[in-house]
Amino acid sequence: MIHFFHQLASPKHFYRISGKWIPWLGLACLGFMLAGLYEGLLVAPTDYQQGDSYRIMFIHVPAAWMSLFIYVVMAGAGVIGLVWRIKLAEVMAISSAHIGASFTFLALITGSIWGKPMWGAWWVWDARLTSELILLFLYLGVIALYNAVEDRRTAARATSILALVGVVNIPIIHYSVEWWNTLHQGPTVTKFDAPSIDMRMLIPLLLMAVAFKLFYATVVLMRARVEVLQRERNTGWVHELVSKYE
Amino acid sequence: MKPATLPQAFAILLRRDLTLAYRRRSEMINPLLFFVLVTAMFPLGIGADPALLRDIGPGIIWVAALLASLLSLETVFRSDFDDGSLEQLLLSPHPLSILMIAKVLAHWLVTGLPLLIVAPLLSVLLNLSHEAMRTLLITLALGTPVLSLIGAIGVALTVGLRKGGTILSLLVLPLYVPVLIFAASAVANSDAGLPVSAHLSLLAALLVLATSLSPAATAASLRISMS
Amino acid sequence: MTHTYPAATLEARDLACIRDDRTLFDTLSFTLEAGQALLVEGRNGSGKTSLLRILCGIRQPDEGHIHWNGGDIYRLATGYNAATAWVGHKDGIKLELSAEENLVFARSLGTPSGLDIAEALDAMELGGFDDVIAINLSAGQKRRLALARLLVTRSPLWILDEPFTSLDTHGISLIETMINKHLSDGGMLAVTSHHPVALDSTDITHINLSD
Repeated sequence: MIHFFHQLASPKHFYRISGKWIPWLGLACLGFMLAGLYEGLLVAPTDYQQGDSYRIMFIHVPAAWMSLFIYVVMAGAGVIGLVWRIKLAEVMAISSAHIGASFTFLALITGSIWGKPMWGAWWVWDARLTSELILLFLYLGVIALYNAVEDRRTAARATSILALVGVVNIPIIHYSVEWWNTLHQGPTVTKFDAPSIDMRMLIPLLLMAVAFKLFYATVVLMRARVEVLQRERNTGWVHELVSKYE
Repeated sequence: MKPATLPQAFAILLRRDLTLAYRRRSEMINPLLFFVLVTAMFPLGIGADPALLRDIGPGIIWVAALLASLLSLETVFRSDFDDGSLEQLLLSPHPLSILMIAKVLAHWLVTGLPLLIVAPLLSVLLNLSHEAMRTLLITLALGTPVLSLIGAIGVALTVGLRKGGTILSLLVLPLYVPVLIFAASAVANSDAGLPVSAHLSLLAALLVLATSLSPAATAASLRISMS
Repeated sequence: MTHTYPAATLEARDLACIRDDRTLFDTLSFTLEAGQALLVEGRNGSGKTSLLRILCGIRQPDEGHIHWNGGDIYRLATGYNAATAWVGHKDGIKLELSAEENLVFARSLGTPSGLDIAEALDAMELGGFDDVIAINLSAGQKRRLALARLLVTRSPLWILDEPFTSLDTHGISLIETMINKHLSDGGMLAVTSHHPVALDSTDITHINLSD
C-alpha cells in the first residue's frame, strides 16, 4: 500500500496511472449527472412556494459545496507540498485552483438565476452569495499569484501559503458576512434556503453532489497530467512519450 | 562577545525603521493625504445631505482607511528588498517572525496611527455624532494594526514580483472584509445609540488572532519569495 | 585583534539546483574545513549565485544536503545563521542611514566582533565617514561599507558573491588582505568572482559550474 502511494508520487507513474483512471471517473460522473438531472428535473415534485424555478438549486447548491470543498483540498495539497516537498501535491493544488474558481463562478451564476424570479433582480447581497463572491476573489488571488511568479516551484510554495491563509480566513469571512447580512436586512426576507426538504428533493441533490465530485476528480487529473508534462518536459520519460507521437 | 539579544535587535530594527520613515517623511505622508482626499470625494460624488453622510459616513471612512492602508503597504519591504537589507534580515541569528513584528509595528506607527489622528477631522466632514467618532477611533485603533498585520503577509508574498503591486490588492482586500464589517457596523450602531461591545470584542479577537499568526506567516512568505 | 575560530566543517553533498525547469548543477559535493576557501567559477547564468544562496540557506537545494558541524543547516536554522556572514550582489545598506548607523544595525544582526564601528570604518578606509549618509558615498565606498559588516560581526563562514564589484585595485587588495587574515585565523570562505582572487592559502577548492 505504501509502495503504491510512493509510486503515485512519482510524476512518471502518476501520469500512467491517472491516464487509466480518467475514463472510468468520467463515465461515472456522466452516470451520476444523468441520474441526478433526471431525478431533479423530472421526478422531484414542484415546490408549492417557488414553483419549478427552484430546480436550479440542484446545480447551485452542489456547486457551492464544491467551491468550498476544492479550496480546502487545494490548501491541504499545498501544505503537503510545502512541508514534505512532494511535487505532485504542488501540481494537484494549482490544478484545483481553476476548477474551484469555475465552480464558484457557477454557484454565483446559478444563484443569480435562482434569485431573479424571486426578487426581480439579477443580484442581491444575500449572505451566501456575498460569501461566494469573496471566495471567488480568494481563488482569483491564488491563480494571479501563481501566474505572477516566474519560478514554478516558488510559485507553488507561495500559493500554498496564500491558500493556507485563505482557509483560516474563510470561516471568519463567512461569519462576518452572515452577521453583516442580518444587520442590513432588506425589505423582503431573503429565503435562499431550499424549500422544506422533501426526500424526493434530497436524492437529486446528493446525486448531483457526487456527480460534481467525480467531475472534479476527472478534470483535476486531466489538468494535473498537463502540468506534470510541462514540469517534466526535460526528462527522459517525457521525451519517450512525445517521440511515440512523431 | 555574545550575539545581540533578541530584544536588543528588535529595538534596533524598530528604531531603524522609524528613523528611515522620518528621513523619508515626504513620501510617508502620501497615504494620509489619500485617506483625507478619498473621504472628501464622497460628499462631492453623492451629495452633501447631512443625514445621508451621517448614515454612510462610517462605511466611507473605513473603506478609505482600507485603501490608504493598501497604498502604504508597499513600503514595508520594498526598500529592504531593493537594497539587499531583506536578505540580511533573513540570515540573521534572530527568529524572523519576531523581526517581522518589529517591522509591522514600525509600519503601523508610521501609517496606521496617523489615520487615528486625522479621523476626528473626517468625522466632522461627514457629520458623525460624538458617540460615533469615539467608536470610530476605537475601531481604528483595533483595526488598523490588523490591516498592517494581514497586509504584511500579502506584501511578503509579492515583494519579489515585478508587478507585485497590482495583485497585492486582490490578495489582501478579501481578507480585510471582516475588519471592515465589524468596524463599520460598530460605528453605525454607536451612532444609533446601540451597544457595540460585541463588535469591539470581535475586532479585538481579530487583533489577537492576527498578532499571533501573521508574523509566522509573513516570515514563511518572505522566505519563499526570497528563495 | 586575533581571533582563532573553533574548528568547524561545512559539508555539502549531492547538491542540485533547478531553475526554470533547467538543471544548473547536479550531484555537487564538497567539504570545507577551517582555513579553507571555496572558489566558485563559471559563466554568467551558470548558477554561481544560486549555489552561494543555497550555501547560506536562503535558497533550498532541489536535492542534496548541507551539514554544518554535522548538523543539517535547516535544522540548525538560526544557529547556522549565527555562524555565517553573507554579502551578496546588493550591498545590504540603507542609503538614508549614515555609515555608522548602517554598521550598528549590521552588528545587531550577528555576533559582535568587539571591533569598534570607528575602527572597522578605518580598516575599510572609510575613516571619518561615520556621519556621512550612505547615498553620498561612491559605489566603491558603498561596497567597502557593505563588506565592513564582516569586521563588526564575527562569523566563521564568509559567503561572498562578487565582493570586488565596484572596487578599484586598491580596494581589491584591501579586501584580499581581509580575506586572507580571516582564513589564517581559521575562518572559512565561499566566494565567486569574475576577478582572480589572490589567496595566500593553497587550500582552495575550485568549482567550475560551466562544466
